[in-house]
Amino acid sequence: MSISVEATGDLSPEEQKRLKADLHRSLRRNKMKALMLVAPLIIFILITFVAPIGDMLIRSVDDTVVNEYMPRTTEALDDWDGQALPDEAIYAALAQDIIEGRKEKTIGKAAKRLNYEKGGMRSLLMSTSRKHKKIQPPYKDSLIDIKKGWGDIDNWKVIQRLGSPVTASYYINAFDMETNSDGDVSFVPPDEQIYLKLFWRTIWMSVLITAMTVLLGYPVSYFLASLPLKHANVLMILVLLPFWTSLLVRTTSWIAMLQSQGVLNDLMVWIGVIGDENRVQLIYNAIGTVVAMTHILLPFMILPLYSVMKTVPPSYLRAARSLGATPWTAFWQVYLPQTVPGISAGAILVFILSIGYYITPALVGGQSGAFIGNAIAGHMQQSLNWGLAAALGVMLLVLVLGIYGLYNRVVGTNSVKLG
Amino acid sequence: MANPASSEAYVRFDGVQKSYDGVNLVVKDLNVDIPRGEFLTMLGPSGSGKTTSLMMLAGFETATHGDIYLNGRSINNVAPHKRGIGMVFQNYALFPHMTVAENLAFPLQVRKMSKADVEEKVQRALDMVELGEFGNRRPAQLSGGQQQRVAVARALVFEPDLVLMDEPLGALDKNLREQMQYEIKHIHERLGVTVVYVTHDQSEALTMSNRIAGFEDGRIQQLAPPTELYEKPENAFVAQFIGENNKLTGRVDALADGICEVVLDNGDRVKALDINTDGAGKGTTLSLRPERVFLNPVEGQCQNMFSGKAEEVIYLGDHIRVRMNVCGHDDFIVKVPNASDKKGLVQGDTIPVGWSIDDCRALDA
Repeated sequence: MSISVEATGDLSPEEQKRLKADLHRSLRRNKMKALMLVAPLIIFILITFVAPIGDMLIRSVDDTVVNEYMPRTTEALDDWDGQALPDEAIYAALAQDIIEGRKEKTIGKAAKRLNYEKGGMRSLLMSTSRKHKKIQPPYKDSLIDIKKGWGDIDNWKVIQRLGSPVTASYYINAFDMETNSDGDVSFVPPDEQIYLKLFWRTIWMSVLITAMTVLLGYPVSYFLASLPLKHANVLMILVLLPFWTSLLVRTTSWIAMLQSQGVLNDLMVWIGVIGDENRVQLIYNAIGTVVAMTHILLPFMILPLYSVMKTVPPSYLRAARSLGATPWTAFWQVYLPQTVPGISAGAILVFILSIGYYITPALVGGQSGAFIGNAIAGHMQQSLNWGLAAALGVMLLVLVLGIYGLYNRVVGTNSVKLG
Repeated sequence: MANPASSEAYVRFDGVQKSYDGVNLVVKDLNVDIPRGEFLTMLGPSGSGKTTSLMMLAGFETATHGDIYLNGRSINNVAPHKRGIGMVFQNYALFPHMTVAENLAFPLQVRKMSKADVEEKVQRALDMVELGEFGNRRPAQLSGGQQQRVAVARALVFEPDLVLMDEPLGALDKNLREQMQYEIKHIHERLGVTVVYVTHDQSEALTMSNRIAGFEDGRIQQLAPPTELYEKPENAFVAQFIGENNKLTGRVDALADGICEVVLDNGDRVKALDINTDGAGKGTTLSLRPERVFLNPVEGQCQNMFSGKAEEVIYLGDHIRVRMNVCGHDDFIVKVPNASDKKGLVQGDTIPVGWSIDDCRALDA
């Protein structure tokens, strides 16, 4: 004791400095060891998680296709004021790009990108390039002669807009907005909106699914938590059983249950609740998605709830009862508040899993039960519009982060308890 | 062993049995009458059925047979929250998400009392346990002793006539436990409530109770005031469980005028009070308190005289504890007061020991 008192007492600045250096050196080895242990995971996360997300962020604004494959035209259009048709020099640059692009077989890529922005651009460019032999000075007349589209000032504006290597067009698209020929951004008519509707549907259906898992999972967890450990463990296997079954099997078994010739409809017809001719459509719509996803995500609600309920001693409920509370009051005022951390943890797990879900809505959701994840997948796999997929993905990411931030402010993440 | 004055009984167990598995009885034929205002302690080892009995009274367990009466009315089918019984739990069961004041207000609020009344009663209850300044704290911010007092205050704040306590001091350290024993005792005396208290700590039971029910094997072995339970145990279990006891086993040889002569296992003959024997020729257990054994007794002081060898001498300050070999038992304990004139006893000494007939009780085998 006396040594340390002396040491901290009157240290000169140099001595303090040396002490700090010594301390640092003595801790360095441990720090290095700790770092070495976590290094594999950090590297893994960097490669498989941070890098793809970074790539996605870049893709959502990256637009170098037109810039890259039509370099002369885009450069020439830099100074064009967009008031009247471009002059001969720009047409010449375009002709050069088309001939060059045909030779390099890259003009198709540019045409595809331009077509995302304005229908008809692809055929305009491609048929021009097929007739490249007819292109000759004066290029302006020649090109307009080949395709009338080259006399349309709007087409030129599209090329000029996409000439920039960075674009907001994917986001404009993702927000169900469009850019008119003057470059003004506005929402598309409500009946043409796709993505905002999908986002909204994804949110409210995820909230519904989360609410359903709370309603169904809470009593089950309570039952499990009140059982002796021996029985609870056996029953817990039943809760975990779905995890061992393929997601596809679980989802398709709901098709067997819910389809119009399925078990549930057959049963209702047999009992006589409904007639054979008006079977209820329970699948390939929002109902199918909610039912199947509630089932699939239920364990993520039950597990945190169970582990929190395990820590609430039964004596609290007894105490409340002995103090004069009815069973309902005792539950509502004493038991429930103590399980809120479990509800929070389960709800955030289920909600975030559900908002990005893809396979189940794709299989049982049909048109009205599709999620934003399905739209993203569609753009990844079918339309191959990765830029739009990336923009939608970024929006989803921001949405989840936003909801999480809001949740953190309202509920507080330190009240979340996974056990 | 029911109290004969059953008509005045406030709480009454009448032939109550309890089984959890349908095979074994945890509580076997429980009959107790508890008059209003009594502090009754159920004392016994774990698994003896005392807590189960308390839980049946509180309404958290149902009796498989028999009736429990509260104030003359059978409460077998009354829900716990309608019994109006205050209860203090082993680990206090203070609601962690409420402040101390909210905890105390809880029983009043569920009784739909007006806000002003609630505030006044809560403050009064807090003052009673000397925690007047702690109303806004959370239970987790209090020490064990303070939590304990809050638990007591909460069980009393709605002015129940009956308060149950289930080993409430078990989690406290020794000094605090003793202090709380006095506090609870004084609160009981001041308010005049009926208290049923469960513990396995005999000194706790002796300190606080008006009467103690000694539980073993699902039955009350003896129900008596503390002095009687200690001085006059009626069976070997009570003698052994409460206080320190020397146990000598043997066989009854002769009986006369409430005094029996017992032949010990090693052949020595001892005279003892015949309390609970099965008659001549049957086995018996003699009970003898260590402080009632005399070393070097003067002539005529003791009817039973033997010689004993000191195996171990332990100095405990206020008294000296000697483990001796007497009558073939080498775990025979003698407590000698530490008086200034006592000559030191040394390990290995062989000296005469003796005890009076009145202090030696022949009990069941």
